[in-house]
Amino acid sequence: MAEADKKEQTTTHKIGIYLWIWGLLFVLSFFSYMVDWYQFQGMLRWSLILIFMFLKAGLIMAFFMHLFWERYALVNVLLWPMTAIACFIFLMVAEFKYTLFTRLLYFFVGG
Amino acid sequence: MSDPKIEGYEFKPGFGGMAADTASDQTMFKGVHWGKAMMWIFLLSDTFIFSCFLISYMKGRGSTPVEWPNASEVFGLHVFGVDVPLLLIAIMTFVLITSSGTMALAVKYGYEKNRKMCGWLILATAIGGLTFVGMQAFEWSKLIHEGVRPWENPFGAAQFGSFFFMITGFHGTHVSIGVIFLFIYAYKTFAGHYDERKRGWFTSMKGDYVEIEILGLYWHFVDLVWVFIFAFFYLW
Repeated sequence: MAEADKKEQTTTHKIGIYLWIWGLLFVLSFFSYMVDWYQFQGMLRWSLILIFMFLKAGLIMAFFMHLFWERYALVNVLLWPMTAIACFIFLMVAEFKYTLFTRLLYFFVGG
Repeated sequence: MSDPKIEGYEFKPGFGGMAADTASDQTMFKGVHWGKAMMWIFLLSDTFIFSCFLISYMKGRGSTPVEWPNASEVFGLHVFGVDVPLLLIAIMTFVLITSSGTMALAVKYGYEKNRKMCGWLILATAIGGLTFVGMQAFEWSKLIHEGVRPWENPFGAAQFGSFFFMITGFHGTHVSIGVIFLFIYAYKTFAGHYDERKRGWFTSMKGDYVEIEILGLYWHFVDLVWVFIFAFFYLW
């Protein structure tokens, strides 16, 4: 037992916090389903989808995956590489706009 | 067991602890079970795989001049004479979140050495995952019957099928693998392998409830990926 205690200094958390997060995830999922149900369109739809998505992802990572209680070294090792994904998204947005432009130009307008 | 990487180690919280961790001798995450650190590294690489899928989906969808199929109608169900948009996907989302919640509780009870409760919750998680995979199989066969193929579909842009099968298929594979491991871990928990610190089948590592947390990390990650797939593929 002693070596187990030394190895992993885990503290268990109260059951309430898990139930709260669980409930919040249900509510947020319900809201994001409502976005489709009421057929919101345009910027309102996209921003609502993104807000609910990031809230859910944040709750799962912070509390279910214990990142909120985790040491900063691990959190930083995990989160900084995400900026590479963000860069990749920006690059590919520029790329798909260019591809769409050339397709419209050559397929429909004629080069 | 005297491990020089763990012996005499004292955890410091905050940025001071982070500096101590990154500047530390031999190993960075002192006091963390190696399996847990490796699971996090694996999940980080898996994040990149799923990101590449979703980004290529964004690129494919953004660059086609053909109308993209309306997911709300394609994945709608006709129940009791009413067309309900995205019904099956919504149920799948709730099932997966439920199983994520039971897994989080299983990890908690595991650390409290509550063997029975931990085992039942892992079993509940496995059944939730199995339900999810079953519904996904139903969804796949429904779309295949309607004529959706990786190269064509009757609803709109041809790329839709290939992205759908690729992304949900890869996610479904993750869920299936997770379910297999959940059943194995449920057995190991009930059999008391973690209480007795019994060694595993392929490893000399002594059993410990930290293994439940490692499995939990994987399972929550599968749920996390579904959050992004749900938002970008089904709702967008």
